[in-house]
Amino acid sequence: MTRTRKPGLSRRSTLALMGAGAATFAAPWVARADSKKLMIGMQSILSGPIALLGTSSRNALLMEQDRINAAGGFLGRQIEFVFRDSKGQPQEAARLARELVNTNGCELLVDAEASSGAFAVQEVVRSLGVPCIHTNSETSSLTADPKIRAPTAFRVARQGVHDAVAGSIYLSGYANTNKINKWATCAPDYAYGRDTTAQYLEFFKKFKPDIEIVTEAWPKLGQPDFTEVITKLIQAKPQALFTLLYAGDLSAFVNQGNIYALFAQMKVATPNVDYPVLAAIKNLPAGIQSATRYLETFPDTPANKAFGEAYLKRWKERPTNWSWQNTVAMQFYEAAIKKANSLDGKALAAALTGLKINTPFGVDGTITMRDDHTTINYAIGWGQTTPKPPFIVDVKPSDWGKIIEYETEWKKQQKYI
Amino acid sequence: MDLDALGACLTTPACVVTQTTSGLIVGMLLFLVAAGVTLIFGVLKIVNFAHGTFYMLGGYVAYTVLGVTDSYTLAVLAGALAMAVFGVLFERALISRVYNSDVLMQLLICYAVVLIFDDVVKIVWGPEFHAMGMPAAFQVPPFFIAGGVVPPFYAVLIGIAALIAIILGLGLSLTRFGKTVRAAAINPQMVSALGINTTLLFAIVFAIGGGLAGMAGALAAPVRSLSPGMGFSILIESFIVTVIGGMGSILGALVAALLIGMVRGFGTIGFPQFTDGLIYIMMIAILLLRPQGLFGRAS
Repeated sequence: MTRTRKPGLSRRSTLALMGAGAATFAAPWVARADSKKLMIGMQSILSGPIALLGTSSRNALLMEQDRINAAGGFLGRQIEFVFRDSKGQPQEAARLARELVNTNGCELLVDAEASSGAFAVQEVVRSLGVPCIHTNSETSSLTADPKIRAPTAFRVARQGVHDAVAGSIYLSGYANTNKINKWATCAPDYAYGRDTTAQYLEFFKKFKPDIEIVTEAWPKLGQPDFTEVITKLIQAKPQALFTLLYAGDLSAFVNQGNIYALFAQMKVATPNVDYPVLAAIKNLPAGIQSATRYLETFPDTPANKAFGEAYLKRWKERPTNWSWQNTVAMQFYEAAIKKANSLDGKALAAALTGLKINTPFGVDGTITMRDDHTTINYAIGWGQTTPKPPFIVDVKPSDWGKIIEYETEWKKQQKYI
Repeated sequence: MDLDALGACLTTPACVVTQTTSGLIVGMLLFLVAAGVTLIFGVLKIVNFAHGTFYMLGGYVAYTVLGVTDSYTLAVLAGALAMAVFGVLFERALISRVYNSDVLMQLLICYAVVLIFDDVVKIVWGPEFHAMGMPAAFQVPPFFIAGGVVPPFYAVLIGIAALIAIILGLGLSLTRFGKTVRAAAINPQMVSALGINTTLLFAIVFAIGGGLAGMAGALAAPVRSLSPGMGFSILIESFIVTVIGGMGSILGALVAALLIGMVRGFGTIGFPQFTDGLIYIMMIAILLLRPQGLFGRAS
């Protein structure tokens, strides 16, 4: 029997072609696995209602990756981020952090979680001894409490107690000027909302003892409708409202508050206004007393403006508070690695402690990593909203001398020092 | 618990007007979503856990259409129409295949659709939230009745939802189609045996349910943030409405939605820490006294 070949490609040829194709397409990935490349792990909230904050962290880190690689990388090695989505779940954040080090071979970590995740990651870092910078947790005890602080973990982020002191000093002055005593509060009904409201009120009452809280509202996180909250606030007839709502919740609250003319019936103050919120609120009321999470015009320097413009140009949206914090984390890594000439956790920890860097986000162009593993001297200011860019005007910088004075007093009360 | 504040509110006309308006708007938007859930369950005995997805997609479609046309009316109509079509496709492509399957299979399909379309929304519109913004026509100060605040936008929404409730109620009780739907809810085999195209009927029921949820999403979009997964929060309350009102009863859905709205409106004054708890206690109490719900048919 004669075997005849069918026209077209034989099975062997097909397999050979597929193999060659696979090798061709796989080549970039093989190159990526180059052992010279320094992998940096980052996990954050990249999906869900506050994903915009996680993605703004990732965006900033990608810009830093390009900048650092263009400048020669870390210790001559190009850097590459491995991004993971924790969905905001602490146990997932801890699992991912461990996986990034043990499985993905990451030698540095950027923990871009909110506080609930950061505390879980802290314990992973403590057990692995890997260098880590927390970039988004604002809960003070993460680094202030010596029992929680980890030897190789640092924080480059706002700290709750710093914001509470700065905000309370500003708002007490504002309340005195405008003769405002009756306040209402409105914050999301979970640990952040309740704890931070309590911390603000503690300092607020210290600076203005005669304030009265006439009502409190605790809407659920992600609550679609704030109508009953808004009407309750209106019924209580406060002179001013302090709110810790943020992101989509703050946007919905302002939009729903607008149709009840809430902003004409009381003064409003919030520390949580960020560019995406400002952009999402179509009719931003003027005159909301607001902290600057990130603002291109504060500090009003060419370097800060250049960062904001570069970010906008690349990502077609403006940066958030989380963006600058992640940028500064990489600036600290860069300076510390240069100083330590090493990636070792202990060596980097020694180099980071007390390190002062030049950065556009410092109130005087510098930020310092204090010996309690947290940053000071970053830009904190309060001003008032205006419907058009720059959105917050008349920004007054906070006094870091006073912030540190009251923070020290608070740490003594908590028996941290 | 602040019973003094609640008492003071109930004796103050301004507070009563403001909180009643608040309760009405919460209740009526909830009714639009829950009406679809109860209609679909009443006729098809399908617990549509994917109903929140219709609400979410309706909001997003309206957001996009408003951006293109600058017309809120067109945006709302587009949100409703798109979800009516989506409802038919959902019923024909997926649900029709599991009518006789275990409820777990139906649940899994609905849940898969929820997860898939949450991700689709992330891909198409991005993971971050969006806000539609108030249409220019409604950017006006609220009016006051007896000192109570009534926003014009909410007054219009309440009016639209009330109109739909009336049309739905009359349509189901007076028209031939409505009678067929009600007959199918009681005995679908007999309806089919009488030569009525139940395949088409079921698809239309899904179209109405989807359209109502899409319209609710679109109507609420100017004041609520749009984000992936937003349908879930309203779904839970929609099921509470359906259970309290009686599975399959449109009138029950209306009454239950308004009850929940009023509990929210006044509960937030008297029981600020326990408003959600009040709703569940009300549900438990009604189920203990009337297991079939307020207007449900006893099995």
